[in-house]
Amino acid sequence: MIAGYNFGYLDEATKRMIRRALPKAVAIPGHQIPFGAREMPLPYGWGTGGIQVTASILGPDDVLKVIDQGADDTTNAVSIRRFFHRVAGVATTERTAEATIIQTRHRIPETPLRAGQILVYQVPMPEPLFKLEPRVAETTRLHALADYGLMQVKLYEDIAAQGEVATSYNHPVMVNHRYLMSPSPIPAFDNPKMHRNAGLQLFGAGREKRIYAVPPWTDVRSLDFEDHPFRPVRAPHACALCGSEESYLDEVITDDAGGRMHVCSDTHYCGGRQ
Amino acid sequence: MSPLLQAQGLHLRFGAVRALDDVAIEIWPGEVVAIVGESGSGKSSLLRVLAGQARADAGQVLYRDAAGAEHSILDASDAALRRLMRADWGFVHQNARDALRMEVSAGGNVGERLMAAGQRHYGDIRAQAARWLERVEMDPARIDETPRNFSGGMQQRLQIARTLVTNPRLVFMDEPTGGLDVSVQARLLDLIRGLVADLDLAVLLVTHDIAAARLLAHRIVVMRAGRVVEHGLTDRVLDDPQHPYTQLLVSSVLAA
Repeated sequence: MIAGYNFGYLDEATKRMIRRALPKAVAIPGHQIPFGAREMPLPYGWGTGGIQVTASILGPDDVLKVIDQGADDTTNAVSIRRFFHRVAGVATTERTAEATIIQTRHRIPETPLRAGQILVYQVPMPEPLFKLEPRVAETTRLHALADYGLMQVKLYEDIAAQGEVATSYNHPVMVNHRYLMSPSPIPAFDNPKMHRNAGLQLFGAGREKRIYAVPPWTDVRSLDFEDHPFRPVRAPHACALCGSEESYLDEVITDDAGGRMHVCSDTHYCGGRQ
Repeated sequence: MSPLLQAQGLHLRFGAVRALDDVAIEIWPGEVVAIVGESGSGKSSLLRVLAGQARADAGQVLYRDAAGAEHSILDASDAALRRLMRADWGFVHQNARDALRMEVSAGGNVGERLMAAGQRHYGDIRAQAARWLERVEMDPARIDETPRNFSGGMQQRLQIARTLVTNPRLVFMDEPTGGLDVSVQARLLDLIRGLVADLDLAVLLVTHDIAAARLLAHRIVVMRAGRVVEHGLTDRVLDDPQHPYTQLLVSSVLAA
């Protein structure tokens, strides 16, 4: 741990402010709580919201895992993991089961979370209605009145135009039968994992200055129609490295001659099976 | 039988201007009431106050729902008003673009109110939308086109389909035929007249078009400078106007 920084980089007043927002978020599952997001030593869109949440809940005994698109070894994951190792001195791991806090961008690990684990999502745009209703005051009112016909219209339009719901990621969910929530840009494949998850799921949006949460064992339902039920999308292949037919796959281009392979996006899951 | 909507002693001022000056009005089930008057006479303000979109300075508006319960519109919460607007009421704007979602297909526009009311069966919603397009004399084959592709008259028909799809009991119409050419106006009026009779709707119609009022309305309320100067059965008011302003209004109608 380097000298000159407070534990976990953020000052204690900021942590306290975020720790006041978090119980509100947990108390009203899926409801967006405003908070005073700080400037962080990395650009917006790289995980400023997630880092602030992680920094506020991190203790000296925690074990941190950071993934980006499911991988532990991508730039964003390596940088954030090293950042917290330097400014908080906490232990880090790539093993999902060993971690107490997992910060993630765009994936939920394949290994199911257990009670006591916390999953922190980096969220670029917390408002699920923003593409349909540009006025923030109006979206707030729609949430207050649980007036979500508009979101259903978007799904209707997808089916009318393409025969199916076309959102393969960031598919909107209803949390606890009340609030419409953006799951952050995780693949629709991961949406069912949010439903009655044993772990606590926290969402931080730095640029938009919002925090929201899904407490353990909360109902999370993906929006759909009765005659067009939600279905998680997965590439119809087996992982080229571990052979898994259940995990979410990345398609990797291997040469200039059209060569490609499908591999697990969750590197720790894949490594454990090889 | 009791009135659907009942307003008394409505006052509304914009600075020194009296938009509403002690206005009272009643609408009974299945009845079409036209509010006529010149620009600035307060007719649109009255419509907005009755529909809960603007608050009057004083007065009372009571709405009786299907179960017979009374709602005071001026004291209603946003949530209660939205519930009424979603289920019991409809609002047809003069400019269809104010009501329609221009990026969304005709089917989505008509289906939005159904989905807001909780319907979640795609096939049913689409079938109802197609049926309503037919009912307002549009080609159901154009269900997936956006309103941008439609003429002004068709956009207005689409707005009417979208408003009536949930079977409202009371529909507010603000100059529904304004800005359309006369032949399109005539067809639209004919359509509205047919739908109102079929569905047994109560309609509050704001217009400065005396001919439209004569065609659609059972009763007419004439407004001037924020006051109701005359009201009565359509034929009586238009054929035997009592107030000098109504006489002027009626005599100003151009005969073709």
